[in-house]
Amino acid sequence: MAFADQTAHGARNSNGAKWTPDQPIISLKGVRKSFGPVEVLRGVSFDVKKGEVICIIGPSGSGKSTILRCINALAPINEGSITVEGQEVHDPHLDKLALRKKVGMVFQQYNLFPHKTALENIMMAPIHVLKQPKAEVEARARKLLAKVRLAGKENAYPGELSGGQQQRVAIARSLAMTPDVMLFDEVTAALDPETVKEVLVTIRELAEEGMTCLLVTHEMGFAREVGDHIYFTDRGVIIEHGPPKTFFAEAKDERTRAFLSQIL
Amino acid sequence: MATTLTLDNSVNYRRYAWVLLAGGGLILYFGWTAIFGFAPVNACANALVPLFGDAAKALYETAGVNIVYLYEPFECGRLLSGMGMTIWISIVCVIASTIIGVLGAWAQMSGSKILRGVAQGYIQFFRNTPPLVQMYFFFFALSPLLPRVMTDYDVARPMFDAFTWAAISLSFFAGAFNVEIFRSGIEAVPRTMTEAAEALGYTRPQVFRNVVLPLALRVCIPSLTNNLVNLVKTTTLAFAISVPETLFVANQIWSDRVNVLEMMITLFVFYIGLVAILVWMMERWEKAMRIPGYGR
Amino acid sequence: MSERSAQPPEAKKPAKPKASRDVILAGLPPQAARQSNERWGDWGADDFTRGFFTRRSALIIIAVLALAVGCGEAYAQLTAQGSERDGVLATMLKWAPLILFGRDGELGGFALNIVISFLVMAIGTVTGVLLGIAQVSTSVLVRKPAWAVTQFFRNSPWLVLLFFTILLMPFQIRVFGYSIPFPDWIKATIGLALPIMANISEVTRGAIQSIPTGQWESSESLAFSRSQQFRLIILPQCVKRMTPPWMNWYAILTMATSLVSIVGVSDAMTLTKLAVDADGRSELLIPMYGMLLMFFFLYCYPIARLTQVLERRYAVVT
Repeated sequence: MAFADQTAHGARNSNGAKWTPDQPIISLKGVRKSFGPVEVLRGVSFDVKKGEVICIIGPSGSGKSTILRCINALAPINEGSITVEGQEVHDPHLDKLALRKKVGMVFQQYNLFPHKTALENIMMAPIHVLKQPKAEVEARARKLLAKVRLAGKENAYPGELSGGQQQRVAIARSLAMTPDVMLFDEVTAALDPETVKEVLVTIRELAEEGMTCLLVTHEMGFAREVGDHIYFTDRGVIIEHGPPKTFFAEAKDERTRAFLSQIL
Repeated sequence: MATTLTLDNSVNYRRYAWVLLAGGGLILYFGWTAIFGFAPVNACANALVPLFGDAAKALYETAGVNIVYLYEPFECGRLLSGMGMTIWISIVCVIASTIIGVLGAWAQMSGSKILRGVAQGYIQFFRNTPPLVQMYFFFFALSPLLPRVMTDYDVARPMFDAFTWAAISLSFFAGAFNVEIFRSGIEAVPRTMTEAAEALGYTRPQVFRNVVLPLALRVCIPSLTNNLVNLVKTTTLAFAISVPETLFVANQIWSDRVNVLEMMITLFVFYIGLVAILVWMMERWEKAMRIPGYGR
Repeated sequence: MSERSAQPPEAKKPAKPKASRDVILAGLPPQAARQSNERWGDWGADDFTRGFFTRRSALIIIAVLALAVGCGEAYAQLTAQGSERDGVLATMLKWAPLILFGRDGELGGFALNIVISFLVMAIGTVTGVLLGIAQVSTSVLVRKPAWAVTQFFRNSPWLVLLFFTILLMPFQIRVFGYSIPFPDWIKATIGLALPIMANISEVTRGAIQSIPTGQWESSESLAFSRSQQFRLIILPQCVKRMTPPWMNWYAILTMATSLVSIVGVSDAMTLTKLAVDADGRSELLIPMYGMLLMFFFLYCYPIARLTQVLERRYAVVT
């Protein structure tokens, strides 16, 4: 409904052909990015197919979060190309609104709007950005709240919710935009071990429903269980990748093994 | 601010709608009286004098305490109109300086270096020079340069009267502080918050209106209160260019009636009362705007 | 009127020590609430003045003054009736000594503004600190009146206080047959000292209350008396955090000294008016008042900058 018009929105890949669902939904090719003199991404390439759950792991400062921020056009890249459904993100004439309707993002620090209740947080963007009718949005928002197991917290302010609850509201807030892809940026890193589980359960349910997910995470157990493909990054490059079974059992690279032995 | 009114936490706004109503009523009343003279003030004086006149007169005759405005309708009307003028000039300056503050904060955060430099120059200039000299500069130096206008009786008079110049100079003065207040409020909104809104597809103006402004406003209120209190106190400077505000009429009354001490006490009571009411209203507003779990 | 905090939430985050100097400062007793806790002055700044492009803005201000002179000059050329008149700049230079130092043989002009500001600050600081200490007294009988006095003078307009002292103080006092005269400028000094006293009182109270209770408790457990605690432990720690707001109040006060012209003291403001009236040339209005503004600006702006620097340096937030 909301994105019936999206493919018509000039979604052509670099060859000029129309994007079709069997092509990668997200595609990175030789992406380079630097903050001043520091190069944080030094040629990153990978593809995400529709319905896949991708987990990016690696030591902190290896550029994992930057990848997500670049995909969502929150940070510009210096070189290479990123396409989402065939649309070049790096294009200066990019319609950011169209991109962000397709790509939802959840942050480590939740970033809920503190002056709005949980329900209002979820309803804001569809009403203001997508200009959808309020009644319809509210019904959907209530369903989403129930889906993240927070029915009854509609009128609570973010300051009155626990970290895990806030993070689930943040997930619901992103889902309200009915995105095709969800980016999760270390969403459990700021939570205590008890509440991590409730957030992970929500994400797993999403994955099981077929949502394309891109997770930056430190939860190896979760990555192994839910991920279709694991990427290991270090110092701005992808060192190794593979499906979880082979990746965790028989890592080839020295650095990957060192990292895994530290974590597991 | 209209958008925040409708979107923001409408329950609280409804509860405090009477504050807005009272404010609007005050503005209308004093605006009207400033334009059409203080006729209602005289009616007010005529009503007050019979109530307290005898007691005040007795006090004068027995103890020598001359609270002249309680038994003389003329002095009463004069004092009330002076108080009305103080309140009116305060309201005008509050509104104008807020507008200047918002525009200045916008200029200071804009991409243009020239605009930022001009805003910075304005702020530093008005903050580091005496408001009295500013007012003299406006009234004695700038006013004669403007074209004169003809009145109905074919008499040339300056384009703006003393009241207008007082309002202009005080607004620029208080506005310089408001710019900094608003800017620090906006900067207090974390970058991650705006990023989250952007990730939801909000455009920059939408982010500003729906996320930054409502949060910044809450951070600003305490400093804003201080600035407004200072503004009310600073309106006494209009005395220097003969605007008939409270201090000016009190000066007239004590010159005529030689009751300096009584008028002085009246002045203190009036100004401290005015400040107290302002602070009380701002604190109510702050409370109404408070969000559970955010800020203090 | 309760104490209101003007603290933006960001300031509550612990400051990361960057340079070694900051590390040393971080070891100092923390400044719990920044000075923005104080009602920031009648006409003053607190920590908001941190600005970028300050050099640029100073240039702009000088450019504005030059423009004012230029406009006056151009206006003078256009309306010139005779060529015997001095140029605008020459006239300004002619009057500048009078406006700066007053008439020969008597204290006046901008120098008088400065002298008054020094005196007021001296009186206001001594009385204000005492009043501030009284505000945190353990006795309610001392605390409440001190609070009331502070609030009264803090919330009254300065000009009203000035009229109050000018009109209600005697012009001389007779003590043991000697008469001590009270010229207007001394009365004005006392009038300005009242609000300064009240505001310094608040600064002092805020500083004392920002000292962590641990300091009180540990010094008490070491058997210091209350007055020793103040003298040896608390007040020395307060000095540092009181310095920026104290300087801020000094800048505000210096600007406020121009108020004395309203009550008939011949300060820079009065003399500027006299000079402009004496020449009676309208093209001089903008340059002359501009020059007066510039005197104040050149004196107050450096103080404001220094205040900011100190504020940032002392801003060790818990």
